[in-house]
Amino acid sequence: MSFINYSSREINCKIVYYGPGLCGKTTNLQYVYRRTNPDQKGKLISLATETERTLFFDFLPLALGDIRGFKIRFHLYTVPGQVFYAASRKLILKGVDGVVFVADSQIERMDSNIESLDDLKINLAEQGYDLEKLPYIIQYNKRDLPNVVPVEDMDKLLNPRKVPWFEGVAVTGKGVFETLKAVARQVLFELKKHY
Amino acid sequence: MTGSDLVMYEEEFRKIDTELQKLHKQSNSKVIFLVDKNGQLIASAGETHDIDTTSLASLTAGNIAATGGIARLLGEKEFTILFHEGEKDNIHISLIGQRIILVVIFDSRSSLGLVRLRVKKASEALGRIFEEITQKVDKEKGEGTLDESIFAEISDEDIDNLFR
Repeated sequence: MSFINYSSREINCKIVYYGPGLCGKTTNLQYVYRRTNPDQKGKLISLATETERTLFFDFLPLALGDIRGFKIRFHLYTVPGQVFYAASRKLILKGVDGVVFVADSQIERMDSNIESLDDLKINLAEQGYDLEKLPYIIQYNKRDLPNVVPVEDMDKLLNPRKVPWFEGVAVTGKGVFETLKAVARQVLFELKKHY
Repeated sequence: MTGSDLVMYEEEFRKIDTELQKLHKQSNSKVIFLVDKNGQLIASAGETHDIDTTSLASLTAGNIAATGGIARLLGEKEFTILFHEGEKDNIHISLIGQRIILVVIFDSRSSLGLVRLRVKKASEALGRIFEEITQKVDKEKGEGTLDESIFAEISDEDIDNLFR
């Protein structure tokens, strides 16, 4: 549900980073924040607990540039990954234009990935969205850790729709901008379909 | 996408701006914001220069969303007014229709009673303007006359340029 403002010549789109607890959603946003020019970004807002776990959401507004005289703005959100914040996760998906699913590549987190992906589908459906039709990218994060599942196996498990995916090491920035760019591309091309 | 993207035109934006300026004056408030329920800032009036308006819009929408979640848990449809009282500044947040959030920030130069009264009047006028916008979008979509030039030619190169 983008906001197209002919008056100020702006297009605003909402992208949500989803995934199990501690998979690196907030880390993705922090990296984007660090590596973006000050004039292209707003404040990174984190509603987090004292132990820096996301409580409600992180929010990062980006104004990357113009297309045909329209300023393109992306609002990046993360959801709280921990299972018991289900009610909050649902709210953040309202009005979403594109989803990034950040999967944790560690072998012991595969069940959590599957659980989170199911949760995403259910919550989207409740808002009237279908993950099959939404702009959607997967990031296989934490590829630098020793106990990771091969990407091909993860893809079989988590990506039946065969959407574009990227390997990520969000702490060092690997795959972060590739992921963002891919989802931004899909969101803008989706707009093109509708207008 | 669900086809309910929010679209704002010059003409309606001017009408909205006029209403907000009027409300700002009549309610004796400091700042007024109009925010989409998804967290996009639509318009503002008053002393906005010291305020991070984008963050404020997103957090207000989060606030309304959380309150709406609580309402549903309690079997209420929605709580249409929120009020936060601070030492100096107070915030009055209200829903217009099901889509738009009106935020009024005021201090001791005004009062909750006055703000509530003026907000009620302004909400009716603003509600009508958003109704007009919806009709206009539906009409233009039906006729296929919505300004196509922005999106029709978006290319991979445009997107590459955004991330340069």
